[in-house]
Amino acid sequence: MTDLPLTGRARPDRKPHTLAEWRALGGYAAVERARAMAPSEVIDWVEAANLNGRGGAGFPAGRKWRFMPERGTTPGNGPNYLIVNGDEMEPGAFKDRFLLEALPHQLLEGALIAAHATHCDEAIVLIRDEYRPGIAAVERAIDEARNAGLLGGLHIRVHPSAGRYIVGEETALITALEGHRAVPRKRPPFPAQSGLWGRPTTVNNVETISLVPHVLTLGPQRFRALSRTEEGGTKLYGVSGRVKRPGLFEAPMGTTARELIERAGGISGDGTLRAFQPGGGASRFLGPDHLDTPLDFGHLARAGAMFGTGMLIVLDGSACPVGLIARHMRFYARESCGWCTPCREGLPLAAKILHAFEAGTARPEDLDLLHMTAAEAGPRGRSFCDLMGGAMAPLASGLEMFAAEFAAHLAGGCPHDKTHLSGGCPHGGTA
Amino acid sequence: MSLSPDLLTRIRQAAHDHGGPRAAMLEALRMIQHDHGWVCDAHLAEAAATLGVHRAEMEALAGFYSLIFRHPVGRTVILLCDGASCWLNGADAVRDELQRRLGIGFGQTTADGEYTLINVACLGGCDRAPAAVVGRDRRLIGPLSPEGVAKLLEGGL
Ligand SMILES: Cc1cc2nc3c(=O)[nH]c(=O)nc-3n(C[C@H](O)[C@H](O)[C@H](O)COP(=O)(O)O)c2cc1C
Ligand code: SF4
Ligand code: FES
Repeated sequence: MTDLPLTGRARPDRKPHTLAEWRALGGYAAVERARAMAPSEVIDWVEAANLNGRGGAGFPAGRKWRFMPERGTTPGNGPNYLIVNGDEMEPGAFKDRFLLEALPHQLLEGALIAAHATHCDEAIVLIRDEYRPGIAAVERAIDEARNAGLLGGLHIRVHPSAGRYIVGEETALITALEGHRAVPRKRPPFPAQSGLWGRPTTVNNVETISLVPHVLTLGPQRFRALSRTEEGGTKLYGVSGRVKRPGLFEAPMGTTARELIERAGGISGDGTLRAFQPGGGASRFLGPDHLDTPLDFGHLARAGAMFGTGMLIVLDGSACPVGLIARHMRFYARESCGWCTPCREGLPLAAKILHAFEAGTARPEDLDLLHMTAAEAGPRGRSFCDLMGGAMAPLASGLEMFAAEFAAHLAGGCPHDKTHLSGGCPHGGTA
Repeated sequence: MSLSPDLLTRIRQAAHDHGGPRAAMLEALRMIQHDHGWVCDAHLAEAAATLGVHRAEMEALAGFYSLIFRHPVGRTVILLCDGASCWLNGADAVRDELQRRLGIGFGQTTADGEYTLINVACLGGCDRAPAAVVGRDRRLIGPLSPEGVAKLLEGGL
């Protein structure tokens, strides 16, 4: 179990444990241990464990928690808030679904420990509507723990959402919880200074929180040693796209794409790897030369890429990269919250042009337009939040890596035989 | 038909649990939709009055969320993924077959009121691509194929 701390206890049928089952597996010992420690000491452990946030940005959890003020030290009334982000909607991401549905008590343990460390009296788990089985599982876990007196005074509830990818951006999420349309806010002030209802707030991803109990159970050194790199712990990687057996794979942080693709049964389609996105839809493409790059935040940043959610999307030699980028762009254009002009206007335009490339109706100057959009709006560009920068990652890297493909589309539409895309499931689906 | 006394009580309770009337607006909309399938103007206005918020605010919030339905929907709502991993695994063909059999496009409801078809990405089911989420309990199904569409509509999936 210790080399798969996060998923090792999951039931084979993916059903959640009852509280009794969970306790029989050692559940809630971590919470007891944390409560016997001072909050600052828990943070020391999480820092020493080098647990980086798993929601996409990789910010160290301990450092984030350290910003949270103690009770009674901030002006005004009201509690500190802990928000667990279960909005997972990034194309290619399906890890939090599993952790919510199959391991709700693990998540609750992590939330109880995080709340203790950050002086929170209230916690909210936001979960997207499409994850109703996860919503039900977490609500039941909370009820069971409450009835057993395990919540230790923490007010914790599930907030089911109702669509829109932008809700997952942490400042938009806070705006949503206050009952407004989910539009991002400017940072600073950061949520730890002024978050939900102006109170100190910590937002962490479902996977980050689910890992926290294991820092307590294993101790920071052993937790850290689960990883192959500087960044502590295991990672719940995922592989989807053009592979034979897509799935989730818990593995040491720093596992390579070569190993993960192998565990996913190898490349489907023509069997060759053209490229992969290491961190979901909003990450840059990497070529086969990065098959052996350790996949963590640091290594990928140094490679000029990003780790994001750590959910790989794999492209084989026979699938069309322009078509893939077009699908991504259509998604981001649709999910733009509309607050700022570059994103609201730029993404639909980029999506339209990409579809013209696919249809064979694009003009040479359309290529310049795409380049210009990518250059103006990329990371640290002119948009208000990171949605647009993320949307530009596959486009900007794709324009570089697949320049010949774009040129071929200009010369007369998609050169790829798309029958594989309409011939049903290529990895042996029966349904 | 106005909202049931029980639902009105739960809406008031939500205001208490969620930190005030404004913060409870989405939950109120969700509860109406749960009981009635969608949120009509009259119900929206009644919930707004119960919470003591302006109906225009409630209206604006409802309009923001893609999964709050402001038109009647079918008995079964099918959310079909049009995300990248599903596309890479044949989702276009599934979409075509589903639309052909139902005789509707995305965002539409069959004439018999049985099905509503909506495109969503990503459903967090990329390991079961092409994937869909079906019905009230948002059951994830996949991998789908054009042949599987018939089975899905006969309730066999
Ligand atoms: C457009 C957008 C969508 C996001 N969606 C999510 C999400 O669904 N879940 C999540 O945990 N983080 C999401 N994030 C990242 C959050 O803003 C935030 O960084 C994260 O929840 C912090 O948790 P962590 O420190 O544990 O990683 C999103 C960011 C952006 C820009
Ligand atoms: S970048 Fe897009 S999602 Fe972010 S604030 Fe601007 S319009 Fe909204
Ligand atoms: S892309 Fe379809 S479920 Fe993720």
